[in-house]
Amino acid sequence: MQEIKREVLVNKASELLKNGTVDRVFGWKKGEFDYDITPALFTTAEDIENEFVWGDFCGANFSKYLIKETGKSENKVLVFLKPCDTYSFNQLLTEHRFDREKVYAVGVPCNGMLDTGKIKSSAEGISKVTDNGDKVVIETLFDGEITLDRNELLPDRCLNCKSKKHVAYDELLGEDGAVLDSNRFDEVEKLEKMTPDERFAFWQNELSRCIRCNACRDVCPACTCEKCVFDNPNSGVENKAATNEFEEKMFHIIRAFHVAGRCTDCGECSRVCPQHIPLHLLNRKFIKDIDSFYGEYQAGAEVGSRAPIVNYTTEDIEPGDAVRRNENA
Amino acid sequence: MQVNEYKPLIVAFCCNWCSYAGADLAGNNRLNYPADVKIIRVPCSCRVNPMFILRAFQRGADGVILCGCHPGDCHYTSGNYYTRRRMALLFSMLDYLGIEKERTRVEWVSAAEGAKFAETMNDFAKTVAALGENKRLEDLRCKK
Ligand code: SF4
Ligand code: SF4
Ligand code: SF4
Repeated sequence: MQEIKREVLVNKASELLKNGTVDRVFGWKKGEFDYDITPALFTTAEDIENEFVWGDFCGANFSKYLIKETGKSENKVLVFLKPCDTYSFNQLLTEHRFDREKVYAVGVPCNGMLDTGKIKSSAEGISKVTDNGDKVVIETLFDGEITLDRNELLPDRCLNCKSKKHVAYDELLGEDGAVLDSNRFDEVEKLEKMTPDERFAFWQNELSRCIRCNACRDVCPACTCEKCVFDNPNSGVENKAATNEFEEKMFHIIRAFHVAGRCTDCGECSRVCPQHIPLHLLNRKFIKDIDSFYGEYQAGAEVGSRAPIVNYTTEDIEPGDAVRRNENA
Repeated sequence: MQVNEYKPLIVAFCCNWCSYAGADLAGNNRLNYPADVKIIRVPCSCRVNPMFILRAFQRGADGVILCGCHPGDCHYTSGNYYTRRRMALLFSMLDYLGIEKERTRVEWVSAAEGAKFAETMNDFAKTVAALGENKRLEDLRCKK
């Protein structure tokens, strides 16, 4: 359950709309199923009162939406940001992707958003999902109801949440949290300890499922190029084609590389992947390497910071040594 | 009966200001290096983005080597420092995906180091030949 109630968000949004601070509000609407909440833009207090949804499936990070939305009007738009979203927000400001003056950011505390994939795979014919705090009750059409531990239904990004602290906001609802000591690199380390053949097999299994829907790119607040290399029809790799072992690895290496140093580890890519590919394991590898080669760096922690990949020192590690270091680790 | 010896196809990206001239010098001095090393001249090692490397592999290269000016000697002051960071991260990622780490290399070769150029290429070709054909990185879609 989210510690902050829907009413608090609805009241805040209506108040800011009515007093003219903003004229649009980013929020969520109900979808087909309880777990299918969709992002929406509201313009009247009435719509907000009737349709605004807040709960365990409001995982969408609105930072990227601000790029287009702020370009449409001179007035401010209201956006609710979870702690992890605020890092993306800062990162986009660092890259001058939207005008800060056109946004009113309200920080909301977060208890972790549930993983739609885990919910869907836990039961057939789901009719209702209710969160009771520690437990989540899933009602089904034919098999009665099942009760699960809430923790079991959290996605990786929430299980390994890096921060409950908001790094950007105009106003905060509820209490702010702290930066956490997460175990987010444990899985990466596990992979590093495998043999190259085992790693190859692991990734072959994961990445061969990729259908190249590009959802991971489209949702990513770091992937904001006006023209993306993967839309080039002459590249030969703009579509899915299961030909041989390399398959979609090129796409995945380059996607992750293009956001290296700018990826805030917000977890949106893994959240939206319809094939449940653990994309965060690619992003976190880059983050972990950057931390260990060039010193700890968290993208989005502050506006204006310079990512290590666009920086250098004369004493940097040689590429050959960087790879050998993995071996000895 | 003649047995065809396997010869790896190697792509070498060489910076115009140093290693490309180094290759020239190797030639002028009649130093041998494998004919299967295909040199691609670039204005700076920093011009090589990760896509170039992957694309060479997709098209069937068995090894890719990137040569630039020694750190501190870049014609444009700092290009090779960026190269160094990028390639450290890229090579580490390739290794993480289980791709043989001996197939990629970065070497700093100046215009005066014709001998080093030939040596580097001979050594790299030998290493790659020992690995055999590149299967993990080729992409039939991209092969002509
Ligand atoms: S979202 Fe998943 S399936 Fe779609 S392109 Fe990305 S990794 Fe592939
Ligand atoms: S790569 Fe994934 S985790 Fe990183 S910023 Fe993009 S969506 Fe977020
Ligand atoms: S994948 Fe690369 S080119 Fe495409 S949008 Fe992301 S950063 Fe830009």
